[in-house]
Amino acid sequence: MDAPKPFDNYKTDVAHIGKSVLVKGELSGSEDLYLDGEVEGNIQLRDHSLIVGPHGRVRANIQARDVVVHGKVDGNIRGTERVELKKSAVLVGDISTQRIIVEDGAFFKGAVDIQKETSKPEGKREMAMAAAASFSPAASGSATSGTSTSSAQGSVVDKKS
Amino acid sequence: MSSVAHSLFRLFRGAPAAEADVRAEAPRISRRSSGLHEFTRALAGQQELRILDLGMTSPINIGHFTELGHKVYTEDVLSASGDHSMVMATENGKPMYDVPRFLAENLVFEKELFDAVLCWDIPDYMPEAFVKPMVERFHSVMKPGAILLAYFHTRDAGPDAPSYRYHVVGQDMLELHAGARFRLQRVFNNRHIENLFRDFASLKFFLARDNVREVLVVR
Repeated sequence: MDAPKPFDNYKTDVAHIGKSVLVKGELSGSEDLYLDGEVEGNIQLRDHSLIVGPHGRVRANIQARDVVVHGKVDGNIRGTERVELKKSAVLVGDISTQRIIVEDGAFFKGAVDIQKETSKPEGKREMAMAAAASFSPAASGSATSGTSTSSAQGSVVDKKS
Repeated sequence: MSSVAHSLFRLFRGAPAAEADVRAEAPRISRRSSGLHEFTRALAGQQELRILDLGMTSPINIGHFTELGHKVYTEDVLSASGDHSMVMATENGKPMYDVPRFLAENLVFEKELFDAVLCWDIPDYMPEAFVKPMVERFHSVMKPGAILLAYFHTRDAGPDAPSYRYHVVGQDMLELHAGARFRLQRVFNNRHIENLFRDFASLKFFLARDNVREVLVVR
């Protein structure tokens, strides 16, 4: 039996935009989306998740509940609950979210604004940061995504204040 | 300005920004920093400050400062300065850099935005042409009274002093992560540093044991 391919599970559970697809304009929906293609314009998923796959190229502002970036994003990301930059991510734009996870090796040029949670009465702010133990050349500022397989995640800090 | 800048710098190498080996599995070194201690003290008790981290993207730094309630801006200007497309031409074997383009594409913020800047040792590794314009840009984007922390190698560090990523892990503790691909371009003595930051209000020097001078600059 063939081993499952990465991200195959997303194809059945969520809407999927393949890597050959180019979308120009406003992209909105009320279901989770896995995006491995190219989008120019605006992405609005409100209470749903967006995963920008490793081939994903986004030139748009993004608003979703959770945003996970493996590919490239040029635009601002507002993730009402969580934003996660994987080690291959290249983001030029600002992040506004309650919880952020950045893997070592991710390239990020912009601002991080942590929003306080409004749903929890005690107002606890949860924030997690992931850091890898090894250096990845993706952080060198190259426009290409980092593909260093040696950049395994080495430590995770999950702090609650 | 160029002639002044030339007099400030002493190049270790003929080819600026020559690439060193990438050390994929470089160890992390803990290091105490008096400059960081002063930097931390200056920010203590304040929230929602705007902090600019100019090193390579550091998840640890983002976590550290956002947890303190600050807004963090991160921009890897050293890598941007090493982009080969920033070299317009070569004259007598020396690269001519596109400084206006560098400034148009990097450190583009509104005036007097930042309360604190982490410059690390970027000026030591950056091509000469960008250093003074970059410091002038710092002056314009920092608020009056804002602070900047920078590190400068002394001559004793030698030309092969490794470049590090700096992760803030405590009030006065850093974790240094070797593996970046830059080579030391020059050393600044105290007078050079004072000239470089002459438009700023004050400078405070801390001499460390590892051939690094730490400088806390107040705008």
